[in-house]
Amino acid sequence: MDKLSQLFQDVSATWAGGYSQYLTGAGKTILLAVAATAVGCIIGLACGILQTIPVSKDDNPVKKALLLVVRAVIRIYVEVFRGTPMILQAVFIYFGLPYFFGNGARLDVTPAAYLVVSINTGAYMAETVRGGIMSIDPGQTEGAKAIGMNHFKTMTSVILPQTIRNIIPQIGNNLIINIKDTSVMFIIGYTELFAVHKAIVGAKFVYFPSAVIEMAMYLCMTIICSVILRWWERKLDGPQNFDIATTDTLALTSGTTNYIKKERKEDMHR
Amino acid sequence: MSEIILEVQHLSKSFGKHEVLRDIDFTVSPGDVTSIIGASGSGKSTLLRCVNLLETPTSGDILYRGENIKKIKGGAPAYRTKVGMVFQSFNLFNNMSVLKNCMVGQTRVLHRGKEQAREQAMQYLTKVGMAPYINAKPRQLSGGQKQRVAIARALAMDPDILLFDEPTSALDPEMVGEVLTVMRQLASDGMTMLVVTHEMAFARDVSNKVVYMNNGVILESGTPAEVFGNPRHQETKDFLSRFRS
Repeated sequence: MDKLSQLFQDVSATWAGGYSQYLTGAGKTILLAVAATAVGCIIGLACGILQTIPVSKDDNPVKKALLLVVRAVIRIYVEVFRGTPMILQAVFIYFGLPYFFGNGARLDVTPAAYLVVSINTGAYMAETVRGGIMSIDPGQTEGAKAIGMNHFKTMTSVILPQTIRNIIPQIGNNLIINIKDTSVMFIIGYTELFAVHKAIVGAKFVYFPSAVIEMAMYLCMTIICSVILRWWERKLDGPQNFDIATTDTLALTSGTTNYIKKERKEDMHR
Repeated sequence: MSEIILEVQHLSKSFGKHEVLRDIDFTVSPGDVTSIIGASGSGKSTLLRCVNLLETPTSGDILYRGENIKKIKGGAPAYRTKVGMVFQSFNLFNNMSVLKNCMVGQTRVLHRGKEQAREQAMQYLTKVGMAPYINAKPRQLSGGQKQRVAIARALAMDPDILLFDEPTSALDPEMVGEVLTVMRQLASDGMTMLVVTHEMAFARDVSNKVVYMNNGVILESGTPAEVFGNPRHQETKDFLSRFRS
């Protein structure tokens, strides 16, 4: 018990001395993770649309060649950014650009960090989206095509909304991984939560108490994100029940809506 | 402008070495209700999917109002807006409500205004008796209800011709009736229909043309009276005898 009360005092003291640094660090971590995951999703969805453009034998050769190139580029992008450590990708972009193009080409630390984490997440998301699209019944695509939708409209109206619902658990995985793994951005000097730990430990030698604070803060952030994602999932599923619409006002009870009324309202706006 | 809506000429389709359709010829005139009957694997569905370009024919031509569909301006999507399709497995969009299912093609493909699309969707949903369910999602409906929505979705695009690919084959027996009733109604309204079906009563009583397919060729075609009353081939007789009790 002595040790525990000792730890409690140490943690309180460390927190009191550095809470604004910790909170700023946590803020920077969460902003980077959320933004990079969002951008990564957009990259992944775009790759998904491009990769699934159908090729048929009758297409003209230019279109076929172009599609082959697009697929190859996406494949290389995925393999390279999924297959190398993010910490080295950060070094490559932050130090590599000035190495070749002089100091004028050096990105600021923050944009560099956002860029690296985004394109790294995008590479994972591209594969996740590809898997998500494959999991949708081909009948959905046929239904969309049969009413005259082209590939882009089919994807944006029908396939991707269903894909997104199915891959939310994986998006959640990526977000939580990003919250933790953005700590490697210390290599280019981005002062997120883990960098704060290193700074405070360096100044005050409070290795363990600071680690306790960090652990608690990371866990809080990831649990909050995971709760929000579950809520989003339920929201996308929509209500389990539906209202019966009727024109017969005598039959209107709770759980029914009058669709004629709605139409009249719209008429009045005209 | 040709009177004939659809003209299929020497259509063939192979999957690898397997020849599914051989030298198919037929025409569809406005108001025709053509039933395509035949055993499973005889190529009926493939024929219908070729007409909609969901399958690419290996050879042969399909003319839509005298124009080769491979050369229609806007490509396959533009052509498909004119040729509605109802599938065996409904293929309603799972992420949308019933109403949205019937509106999305109108707004995104035909670029109609929301109000007009809604009005049109409601008109056809009322016609198929699904107006009370506009807020439901496909997963909340029975098979027969889904198929009626699918028919309304196709009708909302104002197609020239509707293709039905075994529309009642995935339904429980007690739901077949409600879908056939809607199809009978459409036929009597003068809708041009091309129906792949196992419902011999529908083929005999509702259609004005029956096509019997066997092993990838049209073995026999004519009026229902001709095909059902006086089949010329032994295969047709054998096939039809299985449906008579």
